[in-house]
Amino acid sequence: MSLIRVKSLIKTFTDGEKETRVLKGIDFKVEQGEFIAIMGRSGAGKSTFMYQISLLDEPTEGEIWLFDADTHNMSVDETTDFRLNELGYVFQDYALLPDLTAEENVALPLMMKGDSKRGALAEARVALMRVGLGHRTENLPSQLSGGEQQRVSIARALAHKPRILFADEPTANLDNESSRSIMELFKEVHRGGQTIIMVTHEEEYSKLADRIVKLDDGRIISDEKDK
Amino acid sequence: MPNFVRIGFFLALRQIRRASKWTTILIIFVMTLTFLNLVVVSGILVGLIQGAIDANKVYYTSDIIISKLDKKDYIEQSPKVISTVRSFPEVAGISPRYIEGGRLEAGYKARVKDTDTNEAAASLTGIDPIAEDNVTNLSKFIIEGEYLKPGDYDQVLVGAYLLKQYFPVESPGFSTLADVKIGDKIRVTVGDLNREVTVKGIVKTKVDEISMRVFFNDWQLRQLIKRDDFNVDEISIRLKPGVDPVFVRDGLIRSGIGEYARVQTFEDAQPKFIKDMKTTFALLGNMISSIGLVVASITIFIVIFINAITRRKFIGIMKGIGISGKAIETSYIFQSTFYAIIGSAIGLAVLYGFLQPYITAHPINFPFSDGILVAPLDETLARILLLVVTTIIAGYIPARMIVRKNTLDSILGRN
Repeated sequence: MSLIRVKSLIKTFTDGEKETRVLKGIDFKVEQGEFIAIMGRSGAGKSTFMYQISLLDEPTEGEIWLFDADTHNMSVDETTDFRLNELGYVFQDYALLPDLTAEENVALPLMMKGDSKRGALAEARVALMRVGLGHRTENLPSQLSGGEQQRVSIARALAHKPRILFADEPTANLDNESSRSIMELFKEVHRGGQTIIMVTHEEEYSKLADRIVKLDDGRIISDEKDK
Repeated sequence: MPNFVRIGFFLALRQIRRASKWTTILIIFVMTLTFLNLVVVSGILVGLIQGAIDANKVYYTSDIIISKLDKKDYIEQSPKVISTVRSFPEVAGISPRYIEGGRLEAGYKARVKDTDTNEAAASLTGIDPIAEDNVTNLSKFIIEGEYLKPGDYDQVLVGAYLLKQYFPVESPGFSTLADVKIGDKIRVTVGDLNREVTVKGIVKTKVDEISMRVFFNDWQLRQLIKRDDFNVDEISIRLKPGVDPVFVRDGLIRSGIGEYARVQTFEDAQPKFIKDMKTTFALLGNMISSIGLVVASITIFIVIFINAITRRKFIGIMKGIGISGKAIETSYIFQSTFYAIIGSAIGLAVLYGFLQPYITAHPINFPFSDGILVAPLDETLARILLLVVTTIIAGYIPARMIVRKNTLDSILGRN
């Protein structure tokens, strides 16, 4: 069973009378345990593509099946619930909640899933230790460096054990050293069997993935697996 | 507890704890002012009339007033009535009064022409100065001169509203005495009889009825009006502290006094226009409070809307990572409730800890009453409940508006 099946995916943005078709009929599948890098030049539609398959946005046309569930007829609440239980996200700008400490940021989805506050915080501390931030659990995001914030973001995305981890240009705002360390972390997580779909425009980091999908002008122009 | 409530509380607590202190203080300050506006404005308006009611009781009727029946010239069998009243153990003091209409004239010795009259109509009241002072503290309201002594002969207290310098009103059918000072002689005329008396003191209270009287020693007025049967026109009764006037009134009526006189508590004896004004002012106060409530709800709406719109990205992120819209909305409801409750609590402390005791000790000086602040606790709590409910609604609506926006648009800051 494929984790994700996409058929004839189209996404059109409308601005007044002007329509811009960003994705122009994409077919795509993801299997369990893959580490996929989605690449392409700026404006190729790679982030838009990821937003559709990660249920952060709704396609204009086409079908998206996640774990054999047709996402087309899901309500907003069902989609939110699906994201909570099955998917993890790492954003380019870390997307941490500024009022919550590192451990609270990580614990929040766990609490939403029903864990007690104490249990969720304990799990969050374990997740932060895994990403090397066991000593920064009670810091607010504003007290952390960019690399540290991205590690918290990864810990949050992984703490609730998602079936797919989505990452949108996770190193775009980081210096080289932090970027390399974040990518090492992704590789390590992937070695543990985690399915990862990452949007990046950096060749160097895409090589860590075992499948590279290239987009141009809203279409997949190459889909290569690492042999 | 539903999970979304738990998460909402968790988020609200973090947001409040880590929000800018000054913003929080400002919001709570607005809520406190709103609460005070809600309670104090109507409280003062009602207190203005309550002050008039209290003044009528303090200066005139005391706890119970016995007056003559309609179509009677006085309270018949007054000595018997007074004796019955005195037999009630709840009675702390009584003041029987003789009342007769008459005319006052001043400056008559220096008058050159017959048309240069200096006259005023007055209610002549005979009192026992000690008994009256015991019941209404009349001596405290002497603004010039001195209070009457029981043996004072041909000396009177004149109400300030009978004197032009205190009540410079010119209207048809109403006149006041001009240029009358303490020690001046004035002429009092009752029917065909007249008597020259000396002004010993000037009385001014918040009750017009008292400020338009001339007070004599009772024995002297009795002589003047030839009331040899000791029948009086009204009796004010002061009760011992804590005694219910209704209970004593009913007891007095049962004792047979009702045959000779009308027995009323101070509330029964309130003029109808005061009762009507109290209702009107309460209505007016509620209308003003309602406007205050609308202003408060708009304020909270704006505060929460700005708060939610500036946090739109984070709301999007929360939805993105699977936090339910209900939990996020609940967090804003908790925040609004927090502001309303803290603002109201501070308002309560200011109201009952400072404003009400202060205004009670230093009443607002209105012409016809000592205005107090009327704020019964049960009514205040009802207004707090109203404020909290309004605030919750005003906080929920903008939160819902922002939460309903597209998740990705919120995260990316797209419109």
